[in-house]
Amino acid sequence: MSRRILGPFNRVEGDLNITLDFADGKVSAARVTAPLFRGFERILLGREPLDALAIVPRICGICSVSQSVAAAHALSQLYGITPPANGQRVLNLIHAVENIADHLSHFYLFFMPDFARADYQQHGWHGETLARFKAQSGSAVAPMLEARAILMRFMGSLAGHWPHTLCLQPGGVTKVVSAAERVRLQQWLRSFRRFLEQRTFGQPLEAIAALDGQAALEHYRAQTPAADFAHFLHIADSLQLQQLGRSYDHFIAAAAYAGPDGPWSPAGLWQQGLSQPLPQEQISEDNHSSWLAGDGPSAPLHTDTVPLPDKAEGYSWSKAPRVAGLAAETGALARGLLRGEPLLNEMVASAGGNVLSRVVARLTEVARIVPLMEHWLAALELEQPFQQPCPASAVHNSAVGLTEAARGMLGHWVTLDAGRISRYQIIAPTTWNFSPRDSKELPGPLEKALEGVDASDPQALQVQHIVRSFDPCQVCTTH
Amino acid sequence: MASKNKRLLWLQSGGCGGCTLSLLNTEAPSLFTALADIGIELIWHPSFAEQSLDEAMHLLQRLADGSEPLDMLCLEGSVMTGAAGRFHLLPDGQSMSTLIEQLARRASQVIAVGTCAAYGGISAAGDNLTGAVGLDYAGNHPGGLLGGHFHTASGLPVVNISGCPTHPGWVLETLALLASDSLSAADLDPLGRPRFYADKLVHHGCDKNEFYEFKASATAPGQMGCLMEHVGCKGTQAHADCNSRSWNGEGSCLTGGYPCINCTAPDFADPGHGFFSTPQVAGFPVGLPTDMPKAWFVALSTLSKSATPTRVRQNAVLDRLTVPPSLPKKGKA
Ligand code: SF4
Ligand code: SF4
Repeated sequence: MSRRILGPFNRVEGDLNITLDFADGKVSAARVTAPLFRGFERILLGREPLDALAIVPRICGICSVSQSVAAAHALSQLYGITPPANGQRVLNLIHAVENIADHLSHFYLFFMPDFARADYQQHGWHGETLARFKAQSGSAVAPMLEARAILMRFMGSLAGHWPHTLCLQPGGVTKVVSAAERVRLQQWLRSFRRFLEQRTFGQPLEAIAALDGQAALEHYRAQTPAADFAHFLHIADSLQLQQLGRSYDHFIAAAAYAGPDGPWSPAGLWQQGLSQPLPQEQISEDNHSSWLAGDGPSAPLHTDTVPLPDKAEGYSWSKAPRVAGLAAETGALARGLLRGEPLLNEMVASAGGNVLSRVVARLTEVARIVPLMEHWLAALELEQPFQQPCPASAVHNSAVGLTEAARGMLGHWVTLDAGRISRYQIIAPTTWNFSPRDSKELPGPLEKALEGVDASDPQALQVQHIVRSFDPCQVCTTH
Repeated sequence: MASKNKRLLWLQSGGCGGCTLSLLNTEAPSLFTALADIGIELIWHPSFAEQSLDEAMHLLQRLADGSEPLDMLCLEGSVMTGAAGRFHLLPDGQSMSTLIEQLARRASQVIAVGTCAAYGGISAAGDNLTGAVGLDYAGNHPGGLLGGHFHTASGLPVVNISGCPTHPGWVLETLALLASDSLSAADLDPLGRPRFYADKLVHHGCDKNEFYEFKASATAPGQMGCLMEHVGCKGTQAHADCNSRSWNGEGSCLTGGYPCINCTAPDFADPGHGFFSTPQVAGFPVGLPTDMPKAWFVALSTLSKSATPTRVRQNAVLDRLTVPPSLPKKGKA
């Protein structure tokens, strides 16, 4: 057996190292290390509950709003208030902007540049990929950043700025939208839609959302070869990316984008083609392999965060979250499966969660969310309130705020004592996906997905594709 | 021309990556074009570089041992000095803080991007059990990783682009000035911040200024009035130009309806009171504008409260401007 330590990984948000053991030239075991710890669960202790709104966004620069949404949900419960419909719509808009911008940054800046590397020179598609997706200088990069910046004006207008807004409050949002602002926002969204339809997809968003199976996806690729998404599908076919990075095929998601008729994307646990409601009370954190006190599974509402940098069994600052004892994968693919989308269900039925299906789930979600945003904007009742007043003190002492970041389920478990935060536990999407082994030695989803992979080339490119297919956010992972 | 480009290395440690993501919001031209335009070659950045794994590590090592030259080093995130550096380890087991120090002593210009890298910031808040510090400051005091009073071979101290997050303009303009060797120690304020943005106050240009003048105050976030008296706004003390240069096209904390929390200050994360409330003594806010005598503030605010127009008083506690200014009387315009 031989061993190889890979790191530092870049084009992942935050820091990541991976230790691989090999047998017969293939990975026999992988250990994923989150090497940076800041201690936000401790920084929050003793503060007034609303102060969480200023602290938690700073856990992460890329899913800052998601952190605020999880905190605001928990605070709504603690203070016993519900945002009015307009407050929910603006929250959805702000959250959707962050999630879509993350999907695009991931595709264009973090994921695609790997296929532009000289290692793929022998492939017919490489010249085009190099021209378009080379890190920083590819011709697709600047137009995407310009379109993204226009989309991010939503944040200036509705949230003050991004990242790290304080506009999301337990009772709604601090910004009221006027008729003139709405037409401005609509104009920016149209220009963003144009970019997606011209460059990313080469077709109307509705046509992408209507792709209902692998045959339709194949047809789209043949019809629209110049589009960035189709170009990726071509590479995926050539490199057989659907055979890369399969994990347990247990998928978990929280509800995303609340509305009067329930959330757009439901909470749940998906296994072997079947969805069940999210068993929230069966979520646990296991610190066996973490440089943290504690060993076996423990409920987040009852866990404390005590760093032990010298712990012998430890190899990561990440905890190992489990649901009903399972290591589960979370992200756009999990959301799509729980929404029952035919294309994603068919892809997972044939080859499971893998590098291809994760990326297809992410990009098709972009095509679905922009029309939703148009709907939320149009539905704003401009004369109505956007926020409810928040009472002077909390009426409950514990709450759980769950939401979906671009990269999956995010949860905040909050406990108050005498009006102050006495415990605040966070489980982020990549804590699920990149968790270390638990006390039963069960590997985390990425650890599982890396088993059997050929990682003999100097850059271990297959490992890099698998890692990035999860769109990891390591600063959230350990917080 | 190309050979004159400055070689910039960007590293991240105990931060959230938000300063990088904010920089990516740069509009017209977008980030990589803008960097090329100002003569900067980004030799490695954890979010954007092609090189990963060993090739990245080897590059960092060559820069650290001096076998490759380094013009500019940007650090984002605090330096994690606790537990002998164990809170941030590199794959080879070396602590990140050691590598940062080696690189800082090689670079001709050292730039702390964000309040974390400058002073410790949010990562150093509370009991700071990770020993998070800034490059050349620990909180308000010189110290930090480099001991305080650090100068590069070119004679510059660490340039502290504080802010949590930093505005993309603060970073790009600082880098452009440095790339053309036109930023000197005299262009920095006593906390090492570029004066072009740190000599302004967030209060300057706030669209709640009229409410401030008349002490017509909001009582909760989201109301139109000034947020200083009751809702924790620190705009009169906060060094930054947030209301004279906009964020994401047209925003600021105040246009978003929530208070300035003074995120360019070293200790902003531990204000000693709730972020959304203003501590008061005898009915007057503690933490007045730094250069205003208290007696004058009390006298002026008492006077201005008695002169507050009804329009301003009513709008102050509403969630949108409802009462319009009146028109000049006919024949007097
Ligand atoms: S200064 Fe703020 S935005 Fe920048 S890295 Fe630190 S926490 Fe993130
Ligand atoms: S809200 Fe703050 S920045 Fe605006 S006028 Fe009042 S004190 Fe100044």
